[in-house]
Amino acid sequence: MIRIQLEKRAQHSAIFSLTSPLIALAITATLGAIMFLLLGKSPTAALYSYFIEPLTDMWSIHELMIKAAPLILIATGLSICFLSNNWNIGAEGQFILGGIFGSALPILYPEFTGPMVLPLMLIMGIIGGAAYATIPAFLKAKFSTNEILSSLMLVYVAQLFLDWLVRGPWRNPEGFNFPESRTFHADAILPEIWFASGRAHWGFAFAIIIAVLMWFVLNKTLKGFEVRVLGLSPRAGRFAGFSENKMIYTAFIVAGGLAGLAGISEVSGAIGQLRPVISPGYGFTAIIVAFLGRLNPLGIIAAGLILALSYLGGEAAQISIGVSNKVSAVFQGLLLFSVLACDTLIHYKIKIVKTMRGKAAL
Amino acid sequence: MTPEIAIAIFLTIATAATPLLIAALGELVVERSGVLNLGVEGMMVMGAVTGFGAAQITGSAYLGLLAAIICGALFSLLFGVLTLSLATNQVATGLSLTLLGLGASGMIGENFIGLPGIKLKAIEIPLLSDIPVIGRLLFAQDLIFYISILLTIAIWYFVFKTRAGLTLRSVGDNHTSAHALGINVLKVRYLAVMFGGACAGLAGAHLSLVYTPQWTENMTAGRGWIALALVVFASWRPLRIVAGAYLFGAVTIAQFHAQAQGVAIPSQLLSSLPYIATIIVLVLISTNKRMTMKNTPASLGKPFVPDR
Repeated sequence: MIRIQLEKRAQHSAIFSLTSPLIALAITATLGAIMFLLLGKSPTAALYSYFIEPLTDMWSIHELMIKAAPLILIATGLSICFLSNNWNIGAEGQFILGGIFGSALPILYPEFTGPMVLPLMLIMGIIGGAAYATIPAFLKAKFSTNEILSSLMLVYVAQLFLDWLVRGPWRNPEGFNFPESRTFHADAILPEIWFASGRAHWGFAFAIIIAVLMWFVLNKTLKGFEVRVLGLSPRAGRFAGFSENKMIYTAFIVAGGLAGLAGISEVSGAIGQLRPVISPGYGFTAIIVAFLGRLNPLGIIAAGLILALSYLGGEAAQISIGVSNKVSAVFQGLLLFSVLACDTLIHYKIKIVKTMRGKAAL
Repeated sequence: MTPEIAIAIFLTIATAATPLLIAALGELVVERSGVLNLGVEGMMVMGAVTGFGAAQITGSAYLGLLAAIICGALFSLLFGVLTLSLATNQVATGLSLTLLGLGASGMIGENFIGLPGIKLKAIEIPLLSDIPVIGRLLFAQDLIFYISILLTIAIWYFVFKTRAGLTLRSVGDNHTSAHALGINVLKVRYLAVMFGGACAGLAGAHLSLVYTPQWTENMTAGRGWIALALVVFASWRPLRIVAGAYLFGAVTIAQFHAQAQGVAIPSQLLSSLPYIATIIVLVLISTNKRMTMKNTPASLGKPFVPDR
């Protein structure tokens, strides 16, 4: 019998806290190579078209930024939630509500144009996401209802609500009955950052700015300290005079607001109208981004780019080597597993012990 | 309402309730051992795709069931190794099991989309099924229905009436004391996690072999999460899970009927009823703090690292 034995380190390992995400990436790449072998594809060619090819031309680098923007924004908000022990896994729904709220302006009042449109849309998007996140926060603070289940259930409700809107009241009157809203007018479109080189929009800039700000708040201010203390030990937090209930609201509202901003940025910058589906699961992938970035907003920027690459790589690999783009989702799942397993290295020494049968057990 | 219609309605409710019941019973055992596995949705969807695929290849729905059970147990082992042997965060690991399961099942099932499924046949129990009304209700169903009922009774008996069940509960309530008493905490938890996985796999196979005998991506549609909510709703008691599962089955069927009747309510609102009902039920149950506190396994979600 072989058994894994954990031995607590006296202090958490500084080396492993930096390298564990890298080890996790290496493990994921190895598992991926094995998976491609099993599918009868050349692992080197597959990994190349997955992780290198999308970086070789300007067009796909722009696509990378478009995909990374929502992931970084959402994951940055989730880092506050997870650090403070609030398990908000409904970011996908908050993203959708942000998209819906922000789109209300150009869809319901298409004749209202000018420079005020876009800022109002972004603010409404933030409000939409934050308001939707307030529901599980309120239920947790008031009734101690499990926030994991309530926030997740609200994702399904949000998806159905969006579906109803674009097939019903918000359907484009000139759209030949397609389930789509009217397309946004020019003033309601989030512009490109560098118009000449590609279509990456300002959502990516928002993501970087907000992640850096959040890093500062979490690491250099009392508020950031409060987040960590309440996450690690609610009892200690109470003695320090921090309010658990206030933190529940803060964490959910910030995370929901950022998911909402991501939602309206995606709708306004990348899609240009509302459709029945506006997210390929960004809200869930962002959970992986948050953990791969070790809940540190700067790490989250890097992690967001890597996960965005897995979306692009999936499309590229489908075209070049003919594997299903569903492989991306498998990659993402494997990556989160590896990240979590490698994080164990930070706090424990892992020993593989051979035990005699019969003497085993304890 | 004629008895015929009443019987038909009960049968459809039972079909909707059975996968919830089985998955929730499995998770109940897992949580009673102090482990929170949020991967139920992922294990279920893996069971659904494996069950469908194995039935296609072998031509036998029963072999499909068996494959789904084995697949669920093996898939849950992945969660077990991480949370038990490597002491990772159970919430995050469970989530990644769900994400991986949804992704992998989508990839595996790509060629199954659109294939006609193989439906598990009903088994009419001789003599008993001839009893008026009750015979049709309880003794002319498919194998999984019978399993779900037997499993409920067996798990209730196991958890509350046997020594092994006491061991399970002690590990879930205080792993440090259980360890000091010489109980192999991790072994108990491994077994519980794999049992939960097997149940989730079976529940998934019910979806792809009985409920709608075909494969569609993400066909679990949140049922794994509803099963998790049912465990909380039932305050970790097996018999209450039956009530919860049939309540949810009834909500699901009611909204289907309303859609079919063309009620002037948007179909999306009707479809969202099971999810909204889940939230409402969770709120109602959590307002009774004393009962929740009394029944929640005290070590739930906390990793255990043996000191030697």
